[in-house]
Amino acid sequence: MRDVAVVAFTQAKSVRAERDLNETEILIPVIHDIKRGAGLETKDIDFVCSGSSDYLAGQSFAFVSGLDAIGAWPPVSESHVEMDGAWALYEAWVKIQTGHADTALVYGFGKPSMGDLSRTLALQLDPYCVVPLWPDAVSVAALQARLCLEGGVLSEREMAEVAVRDRGKGKSNPYAQVTGDFDVDALLAEPTFVSPLRRHDCSPISDGASAMIIAAGDRARDLAERPAWIRGLEHIVEPQDLGIRDLTTSRSTQIAADRAAVGKDKIDVAEVCGPFTHQSILVERALGLGESVDVNPSGGALSAHPLMAAGLTRIGEASKRIWDGSADRAVAHATSGPCLQQNLVCVLEGA
Amino acid sequence: MPDVTHSLTAAHQLAYTYKRSLGPVLGRFFTGLRDKQIHGVRRADGKVFVPPREYDPETGDAMEEMVAVADAGVVVSWAWVKEPRPSQPLAKPFAYALIRLDDADTPLLHAVDAGSEAAMSTGMRVKARWIDEPAGAITDIACFEPG
Repeated sequence: MRDVAVVAFTQAKSVRAERDLNETEILIPVIHDIKRGAGLETKDIDFVCSGSSDYLAGQSFAFVSGLDAIGAWPPVSESHVEMDGAWALYEAWVKIQTGHADTALVYGFGKPSMGDLSRTLALQLDPYCVVPLWPDAVSVAALQARLCLEGGVLSEREMAEVAVRDRGKGKSNPYAQVTGDFDVDALLAEPTFVSPLRRHDCSPISDGASAMIIAAGDRARDLAERPAWIRGLEHIVEPQDLGIRDLTTSRSTQIAADRAAVGKDKIDVAEVCGPFTHQSILVERALGLGESVDVNPSGGALSAHPLMAAGLTRIGEASKRIWDGSADRAVAHATSGPCLQQNLVCVLEGA
Repeated sequence: MPDVTHSLTAAHQLAYTYKRSLGPVLGRFFTGLRDKQIHGVRRADGKVFVPPREYDPETGDAMEEMVAVADAGVVVSWAWVKEPRPSQPLAKPFAYALIRLDDADTPLLHAVDAGSEAAMSTGMRVKARWIDEPAGAITDIACFEPG
C-alpha cells in the first residue's frame, strides 16, 4: 500500500439558503483557495474527484457544471460520485493506490435549499414499496429514534446532550451554521417536531461545499509540514429496506471501524457525521470511542450539514487536528442513505 | 423597450416515460395488492419478508416462495407527523409506522390514521384500509387504522 495523506482542506461557510450563488459559484472560491493555499496549479493535480447529488438541483448531470470551478484548461483526469465527497476521497485514494496519480483534488458540494430536502431524500428509499408514500427524512429518522428509545438503547436526555455538546463546540467554528450555548433541560421542555424527535435532534439544512488535497509519500511531505496520513479507510453499506436492518445499532460503521483498525491504538479526536442526535450516538458507540476522545471539535453535522460535503468536511476537520499537533491519531466518519445505511470510516495519523 | 410583463416560461415535468416489469417476486406482491391481498417471500429457514425481497440480504441467495400474510398486524415503531406534506398519504396529522403484519417477520413501512398522537403506541394492532379500486401499487392500502 502507498502512504497517502491529507495535505490541504478548505470549506465554504454553511448557510441555510444561499440565495445569490448557484452550486458552482459556491464552489469556485473554495477550489481557488485550496489550490492557492497548497501552492498547486491545476497542472500539478493528477486526479480530480467530486461528490454531489443531481437530485438537489433536480437536473440530470448537474454535477458537470461543478467542473467549471476547475476550469477547462489544462485538461484534467476526473471522476464523480453521486455521494458525499468522502466517497470521492475514497475513489481518489484508490486511484493513488493504483499508481496512476500522486496528487488528487477532492470536493463535495450541495445546495439543498433549492428544494424541500426532507421530501427529496424520500427518493433514496425503495422506489416501488416506499417512495409512493413519501416518507420525509425526518419521519424516517424518527422511526429509528423511537426503536432506540423504547428499546432502551439510548434516552432523550442523551440525545439532547449531543446537541448541546456539538452546538457548543461549533461556536469556535467560523464555518458552522447553528451554534451556541444550550441547556439540556430547556431543550427537553420543547415540543416534539416529528415525535419522538425535537428540532434540536435534527441537523440544519445547509448549503455549502468543501475541498481537500491528498498526496502520496514524498509529495505529501513536500506539501505539508505534518501530513495527516490515512492509515485506515473503509466503507460498508447495509440493505436499503428499513425493515430488514437492526436500526438500533450501526453494524456497517462497526465493520468499517474494525477493518480500518480504529481500536488498534488510542484515538485523540473523532469527527462524526450524525445527521440526527441518536444517529451520532449510534456511530460513536460503533466506533468504540472512549471517554477521553474529543468528539466533534468542529461542532459536527448538528452545527452544519452541507449535504454531499458534510462527510468530507469531517475528514478535513480531523486532518486539521493532526496538522496543528493537537491530535496524533484521529477518526473521521461519513454517512449516506436513510438511518445510517452506508458508513465510511477514516483513520488519520500524524506519523 | 422589452416587454417585461411577458417573460418566457415553459412547463417542466420530471417523469419517466417508460414502464418496466417488476419480475416474479415484486410482480406477485403488487398483483396481490390489486386483489387486496398482501404477500411476502419465505426464506429457506421460514423467515417471511414483507414487502418481499428478491434476494436474501444476508446471503444473496434468490428467494422465490411467495406466501400470503394478513392485512393486519402490530406497530413496531412510529413517527408522528403533525404537518403532512401534500404528497403524503393523509392530509391530516398521522403516523408513519413500521408495521409487522401477522405471519410476517419483517416490518413494512406505511401510514397509520389514528386521529391523534395519544392514540398511537408501539405494539398497538392496526389493519389495512384499502382503497375502493386497487390498481397494483403500495398506495392501494390508503393507510392502516387501529383495530
